[in-house]
Amino acid sequence: MLGTYFTFPELLIWIPFITGLIAIFIKNNKSVKMFALLSSIATLAVSVISLCYSDVAHHHEFFYYNNVSYVWMPYIGSSFSVGLDGMGFLLTFLTAFSYPLIFAATYKTDHKNPNAFFALMLLTQAGIMGVFVATDALLFYFFWELALIPIYFLCSKWGGEKRIFATFKFFVYTFLGSLLMLVGIIYVYVHTPSVSADSAHSFSLNAFYNAILSPHQQDWLFWLFFIAFAVKIPIFPFHTWQPDVYEQSNYPSVMVLSGLMVKMGAFGVIRWILPIFPLAVAKFDNLVMVFCIIGLLYASCIALYQNDLKRFVAWSSIAHLGLMSAAIFAANNLSLQGVMLEMLNHGINILALWIIVDIIEKKTGVRKISELSGLAAKSPALAIFLVIIAFANIALPLSNSFISEFLMLNGLFQFNIWFAVFGTLGIVVSAVYMLSMVQKTFYGKTNGLVEKAQKMSAGQGIVLFVLVIAILFLGIYPEPVIHLTQSTVTDILGRIPLK
Amino acid sequence: MDAIQLIYLVPLLPLIGCLINGLGRNALSKSLVGIIGSGVVLISFCISFLVFIAATKEGFTTQNIQYFDFIHVGKLQIPFEFQIDQLTSLFLLIITGVGFIIHVYSVGYMKDETQSGFGRYFSYLNLFVFSMLILVMGGNYVMMYIGWEGVGLCSYLLIGFWFKDHANNDAGKKAFIMNRIGDVGFLLAVFWLISAFGTTSYNELYNPQNGIITSFTAINSPGIVGITLLLFVGAIGKSAQIPLYTWLPDAMAGPTPVSALIHAATMVTAGIYMIARSNILYSLAPVTLAGVATIGLITAIVAAIIALKQNDIKKVLAYSTVSQLGYMFLGLGVGAYSAAVFHVMTHAFFKALLFLGAGSVIHAMGGEQDMTKMGGLGKKMKITYVTFFIATLAIAGIPPFSGFFSKDEILSATYAESPLMYVLGVGGALLTAFYMFRLLAMTFKGKFRGTEEQEHHLHESPPTMTIPLIILAILAAVAGFIGLPDVFVKNGNKLADFLSPVFAHSQQILTAREVPHQTDMMLIIISSVLIIIVSIRAFMKFKNYSPVAASDNGFVKAIKNKFYVDEAYDVLFVKPYRSVSAFLNNVFDKKGIDAIVNGVGKSVNYGSRQLRLLQSGQVGSYLLLMVIGLLILFIIQLFTK
Amino acid sequence: MEIKWYIFLSLTLFCIGIIGALTRRNSIIVFMCIELMLNSVNLLLVAFSKMHMATPNAFNYSIASSAQIFVFFIMIVAAAEVSVGLAIIVMLYRNTRSIDINFLNRLKN
Repeated sequence: MLGTYFTFPELLIWIPFITGLIAIFIKNNKSVKMFALLSSIATLAVSVISLCYSDVAHHHEFFYYNNVSYVWMPYIGSSFSVGLDGMGFLLTFLTAFSYPLIFAATYKTDHKNPNAFFALMLLTQAGIMGVFVATDALLFYFFWELALIPIYFLCSKWGGEKRIFATFKFFVYTFLGSLLMLVGIIYVYVHTPSVSADSAHSFSLNAFYNAILSPHQQDWLFWLFFIAFAVKIPIFPFHTWQPDVYEQSNYPSVMVLSGLMVKMGAFGVIRWILPIFPLAVAKFDNLVMVFCIIGLLYASCIALYQNDLKRFVAWSSIAHLGLMSAAIFAANNLSLQGVMLEMLNHGINILALWIIVDIIEKKTGVRKISELSGLAAKSPALAIFLVIIAFANIALPLSNSFISEFLMLNGLFQFNIWFAVFGTLGIVVSAVYMLSMVQKTFYGKTNGLVEKAQKMSAGQGIVLFVLVIAILFLGIYPEPVIHLTQSTVTDILGRIPLK
Repeated sequence: MDAIQLIYLVPLLPLIGCLINGLGRNALSKSLVGIIGSGVVLISFCISFLVFIAATKEGFTTQNIQYFDFIHVGKLQIPFEFQIDQLTSLFLLIITGVGFIIHVYSVGYMKDETQSGFGRYFSYLNLFVFSMLILVMGGNYVMMYIGWEGVGLCSYLLIGFWFKDHANNDAGKKAFIMNRIGDVGFLLAVFWLISAFGTTSYNELYNPQNGIITSFTAINSPGIVGITLLLFVGAIGKSAQIPLYTWLPDAMAGPTPVSALIHAATMVTAGIYMIARSNILYSLAPVTLAGVATIGLITAIVAAIIALKQNDIKKVLAYSTVSQLGYMFLGLGVGAYSAAVFHVMTHAFFKALLFLGAGSVIHAMGGEQDMTKMGGLGKKMKITYVTFFIATLAIAGIPPFSGFFSKDEILSATYAESPLMYVLGVGGALLTAFYMFRLLAMTFKGKFRGTEEQEHHLHESPPTMTIPLIILAILAAVAGFIGLPDVFVKNGNKLADFLSPVFAHSQQILTAREVPHQTDMMLIIISSVLIIIVSIRAFMKFKNYSPVAASDNGFVKAIKNKFYVDEAYDVLFVKPYRSVSAFLNNVFDKKGIDAIVNGVGKSVNYGSRQLRLLQSGQVGSYLLLMVIGLLILFIIQLFTK
Repeated sequence: MEIKWYIFLSLTLFCIGIIGALTRRNSIIVFMCIELMLNSVNLLLVAFSKMHMATPNAFNYSIASSAQIFVFFIMIVAAAEVSVGLAIIVMLYRNTRSIDINFLNRLKN
C-alpha cells in the first residue's frame, strides 16, 4: 500500500521534486515533454488515491497516511513535518489536477531549452505542494520560496519582450512580502511554548496556534503576514504586478501562477493568519474587506477596458479574488466554505480561460480583442467551450462558481449587508465585461485574420472537455468538496473565539 | 400518484433533447432534429397533463420530492427538490403546451437555416424549456434562481441567435445584463431569507400547518418588507417592468418563435410566478404590494402609450407584452393572485398567437417587419388573418374572448382597492384596444405597400406553421370560460377554485373587499362598450392607411422615440461606466498605484547608483575606510560605557 | 610584568601595521604590515592567556587555553593566507610587471 511506506504529502512533494531534477538531464524535446506529463500524471494518481484516505473523521488510522514528521533542525525546534487536512487535500488535488492539463494543453508548444523549462515547472509544483502540506512554519517558508524562485526563472526566460521588467517587479514585490513574513514568523517563534526538550521554542503549526501574543503584538504581526499573502493573492492595492506578468509570461507559467500560486496566498491567510492572530483579524477585518470589495469593483471596471486578452483575464481574476479575500475575512462557516470551493473553482475556470486564450493566440497570432471578430463561425466547438466557461466565470447557476459565490456572498451578507450588496454588484459587472469580450471576439462577422485560423488540436479539445465536465459536475453536485473541507473550516472557526 | 413519480422526466427530457440536438447538430438531419426537439417537449407535456389531472383530483396535497443535497453547509441545507402544487401544475401545462406548439411552428419557420444552425436553435429552445421547468418546479428559492438565471442564459443565446450581426448580440447582452441587475435583488432576498429564517424551502416557509411564514402575523415587519421588495426587484428585471423594461423591445432581434415563447408566453411571466409563489410573504407586506400595483399600473399605461406609435410589428407586440405584464403585476398588487395567474395563462395563448401570426407575416414578407410597408395581407393569408383577428379580439378584451375574462377579473379587483387605479387601468385597456386594431388594420387591410417582388412572393405559410396558429386561436378564444366571474355564473371561476389552496392563507390575511354585483356588472358593461367603440374607431382609421409625411408635435415625437429612455440610460449609466473604467485604467492604475510601486523601485535604483561611486577599486581606500570604521566603533564603545 | 606593557607593545605594533598598510604602495610591504597586525593580536592573546593563568580556577583555565588555541588558529590561517596572497602577488607581477597596489583597481566595475 502506498501510504504505509511513504505518506501522501511526502509523495506529493518528492515526485515532482525528483522528476524535476531528472528532467534537467533529458535534452530531447519530445521525451522531456512526455516525461513531465507522466510525472504530473503520477502525482495526480497519488493525489486521487490520497483522497480515498481523506476521511480521517471516521477512519482514525488514515491519519498516519497523511501526516508525518521527521527530525530536521531539532535545536531550533523545526522539523520536517507535513500533513494533509481538508483544505490540504483540496489544494493538493487542484495542483495535481492542473499540472497534467497544463502540460497536455500546451503539448504542441515548443520551448527553448525544454529540459530547463520542464524541470523548473516540476520544481514549482514541488514547492506549491510543499506550501499546502507543510505544518511547520519554517518549512512553510522554505517551500514558499522554493515555489517562487523557479517561477521567477520561468517567467523571465520564456515570454514576451518586456518580461524581464515585469518578472523583476513581481519577484521584488513578492520577495519583499516574504521577507516581512519571515520576520513575523521569527517573532511569533520566540513567543511559542516549547514542545520538545531540544529547544525552547518551536516552529510547528500547533505551537504557533498556541503562541502567546498580546493584542498589540498581533496588530503589527498581522500586517507582516498579511502583506506577504496580499501580494500573492493579490489584494488591491498590491495588484499591479499581476497584469504585467500575465501579459508578458508564457502560458504554462501563467496558468501555474494564476491557477495555483494565488491560492497560496488565500491558503496562507486561512491557515496562518486567521487562527494565529484572531484579535487582529477582528480588529482589521472591516478595513481589509473594504479594500477587497474596492478591488473587486475596481478590477471589474478596468477589465471592461482591456484590449489584450491576457490582461483581460488577469483583471477578471483580480476581481474574483477580491470577492474571495473579502469572504475569507468575513470568517463564518458559509463564507469560508465558499472560499474553499472558490479556490478550486477559480483554479479550474481560470485554467480553462487561459487555455482558450492560448488557443486563440495560436490560431490567429493575435490576442488583441479589437483585431478579433467572429471566431464562433469559424470554430463553433471553441465557441461552445468559451460560452460555458464565460458563464461559469460569471457565476451562472449549475456552473461551479455559482455555488462558491453564493456561499461567499451569503457569508458576507451575514457579516455586513453592504459588503454583500457591493459584492453582488460585482456579479452584474462581471457579466458586462465577460459578455462584451465574448461578443467582440467570437460573434460578428469573421475578418480576414480569423478566416485563416486552424482547428484546435485534439489534446486541447480533451483538456477543455475535462474542465467543462468538472465545471458542470461541481456546479450540480458540490457536496463532496464541501464534505471534504468542512472539518478544516470548523477547525479554523474554532480557533477564532471572537466570531 | 404515478405521474408525480415521473415528474423528474418533465425537465429531464428537454435537457436530453438539448444535448442530442446540440452535440449532433452536424450529424442529424433537420427533420430528425425537429422531431426530437418537439417530441421531448410533447412527452413532457403529456406527463404534465397527467400531473395536472392528479392535481385536480379531490384530496391532492402539495408534493415535495427531494433528490439530493445541492448545498449543505452547516445548518444551511438547500436540497435539489421539486414542489408540485396546483400553481406549478398549471404553469407546467402552459410551458410545455405552448412550448410544444412553438417548437412545431419553429420547424417551419426556421427551415431556411443551415443544418448546424437548425440544431443549435432547437438545442437552445429545449434548454430554455428545461430551465423554465426548473424555475416553476423548484421547491426552494435557490432552485427557482437556477431556472431564473437559466432562462436568462437561453434568452441571451436566442436573442443573439444570428450572431453575425452585432445588433442582435447587443440586444442579447442588454437583456442579460438588465436581468442580472434584477437578479441582484433576487439573490440578496435569498440571502436575507437564509439569515432571517435559515431556509429557502417553500415547504418550510409556507407550509399551511407549520410554515415559518405562515405562522407570522406581524404586518409590514421590516425584514419581510425588505425581502419582498428585493424579490420584486428581481421580478422587475425578469418581467420587464419600469425601470428595467427596455431590454424586452430590443429582444425582438431574436427569431420570432423565440419572441413568442420566451418574451411573451413564458419567461417574462416568471416574475408573476415568483410573486404568486411568495403570496403569503407579500400579503404580510402591504407596503410592497402597493409598490407592485403602482409599478404595474404605470408600466401598463406607459408601455401602451409607446405602442401606439410604433411601426415595427414586433415592437408593437413587445410593448404590448410589457403593458400586459403590467396588468398582471397590478393584479398581484391588489391581492388578486389567481386573477394574475389567469391572465398569465390567457396572455400566453393570445400573445403567443400574435407573435406566431406576426412571424407568419414576416416570413411571407421575406423578413420585412415595418407595418407601413405591409397592408392587404388578409386576402393572401386567410388563416393567419383569421387567427390574428381572434387574438386581437382576445387581447383587446372584447367579450367573450379569453382576454376579457382575465383582464376583467384583475380590473374588478382593482376597483375594490381603489377606483382611481381602476379608471387608469381601463384607460390602459382602451389604449391596448386602439394599438392592437391599428396593428391589425395596417397589416391585413388596405392596399399592399411593399415592393412588387414581395407582393409576388406573398403566400400562406406551410401547415407546420398554420396548425399551431389554429390551435392557439381556439385556446385564445375559449380559455376564458374556465374563469367566469361570479356575476355571470355562480361559482363559475373554476380556475380560482383550483388555485385556492395556494392562495388560501393570503386571502385570510388580506381582507377581501367585495364589489357589489350590480356595480361590477355595470363596470363590465361600460368598459366593454368603450373598448368596442375604440376598437372599431381604430380599425376604421387605419383600414386604408397610407404613409403621409406629417410633422409630429413634441409629444408624439417623444412617444415615437420611446420617451428617450434608452438614450437616458446610455447617458446616465453606460457612458459614465465606460469613462470611469478608462479613467481607472489609464490614470488611476497606471499613473497612480503602479507609479508608486515603480517609483519605490526607481528610487532604490537611483540610491544604489550613487552609493556605487564609493567602490573606487583602490585597495588603499578600502583599507582606510575599514580603519575609520574600526575607529568609529571604538569611539562608540568608549562613549557608551 | 604588568599586563599593560604587553598591551602597549601590541598596540604599537598594530599601529605600525595600520600606518604601513595605509601608506605604502608596495604590495609586499602592505602584506607584511597586515601580518604584523595579526601578530600583534596574537601577542595580546598570549599575554592575556598568561595573565589568566596567574589566578588559577577552572573558568580562567578554559579561557587561557582557548586563547592559546586561537593563536594557533590564527597562525595557521595566516600561513595559508600568506601562501595564497604571495601567489596572487607573483601572478600580479607576472601580468603587470609591477607590485604597486594602485595598479590593483581592476576590481572596479
